[in-house]
Amino acid sequence: MTDKKIRVLIAKPGLDGHDRGAKVIARALRDAGMEVIYTGLRQTPEMIAEAALQEGVNVVGLSILSGAHNALVPAVIEKLHENGLNGVKVFLGGIIPEDDIPGLLKKGVYAVYGPGTDTQKVAEEIVNAVSKEDN
Amino acid sequence: MPKIDPHAIRQGDRLALSRALSAVENNEQAGQELQSFLFPFTGKAHLIGVTGASGVGKSTLVNQLAKALRQSRTEKDTPKIAIVAVDPTSPFTGGALLGDRIRMQDLAGDKGIFIRSMASRGALGGLAHKTAAFATILDGAGFDIVLIETVGAGQAEVDIAQLAHTVIVVEAPGMGDDIQAIKAGILEIADILVVNKADRPDAENTALALRAMLDMAHGGSLPVAGKHMRQNAKLPQTESHTVSDEWRPPVQLVTATKGKGVPQLVEEITHHRKYLLESGLWQVKEAHRLRRDLETLIRESLMDQWQKKVDVSKFESIMKDILDRKYAPIDAVKLLL
Repeated sequence: MTDKKIRVLIAKPGLDGHDRGAKVIARALRDAGMEVIYTGLRQTPEMIAEAALQEGVNVVGLSILSGAHNALVPAVIEKLHENGLNGVKVFLGGIIPEDDIPGLLKKGVYAVYGPGTDTQKVAEEIVNAVSKEDN
Repeated sequence: MPKIDPHAIRQGDRLALSRALSAVENNEQAGQELQSFLFPFTGKAHLIGVTGASGVGKSTLVNQLAKALRQSRTEKDTPKIAIVAVDPTSPFTGGALLGDRIRMQDLAGDKGIFIRSMASRGALGGLAHKTAAFATILDGAGFDIVLIETVGAGQAEVDIAQLAHTVIVVEAPGMGDDIQAIKAGILEIADILVVNKADRPDAENTALALRAMLDMAHGGSLPVAGKHMRQNAKLPQTESHTVSDEWRPPVQLVTATKGKGVPQLVEEITHHRKYLLESGLWQVKEAHRLRRDLETLIRESLMDQWQKKVDVSKFESIMKDILDRKYAPIDAVKLLL
């Protein structure tokens, strides 16, 4: 008998100090029965990938409000792959212009959420993303 | 999920280690096999528990402690350090918010440190059921020191005393009067007491109250009765009465946010380890811990065996009789075993 739980790392790469959104998501995912690791502000892609490795997470949620998503997101994904975490799913939340979303999805995030997103939807899509992998 | 290579764990592969911990935590077959493989290599790591109420600064202290310990130690080169930080699982949703890493960002980038957050998953003693198994894996993986941070513990969460060689109990000023200091529980399990937030004005008073409490515990002619609950195991004892614990817990003032008092704390930890080894208490503690682990495993295994062969319909009908108050649960046990 196994007791598997979905483990999610919520991280804020880059330099903006607005973590309300990250905290709301962290709380909502906790309430959805997940184990949520929150690392705090101003994380480098290396720090995020290292935390994801140590914590054995299935999913990484990035919160970016600085506008640096086109640089930070691919950097995080690259570092995750360098750490051998190819199966880890990545989603993004924050202020992301519509035009940037297709490119980010192509780079490997499975979803991009803007302000006002229903947190239940975020939780459901995590469950789907993880069950597809069935790691 | 690819198979986890146990040799890779021994060679310091961090991904293999992380996967091993997940397998253990999730109660997978692979987790059991890895524990079997690694067990012969264990018994070397110094397991240090850090406990205390919510908000006294455990995570901040662990952060500073890990930094200082990385620069310490004479007998060997820099010790490799693992941190296991336990936070509570919500009893309602089964989810958990694990936030201890927030205070440990200083440690990022140091490959000699491995931090793993852990949800308590329903366990009530301040640790998770699998924390001891985590310690085995990390010990077997070659970490010299395993720092174990409990959930914010009050008065009864004393499981850490059974697991760790050295227990650090963290207090903060203004958390209660001196009656709190003479209640049973968490203070009794301390090998080292830390008064954190020592830059606060009443820190010295808190330290005084704790020292007075220790004088009472150690001043009389009575042995330190029941300290660490070593005499509490239910199975017959053979070895543990021969060594008595004469250790007097030091009270250390620390300002964890600034690192003040941390070098002294490291010295006290080193001193305690030396004391355990020289007095023979290290072996006593090991014997106790392993005995308890074995008891727990036997209990779980018996429960599994029973669940496999129990007649479910009989169980349900007995349950109904209990609900109807026909007989008490204690009598039903006889019918079901």
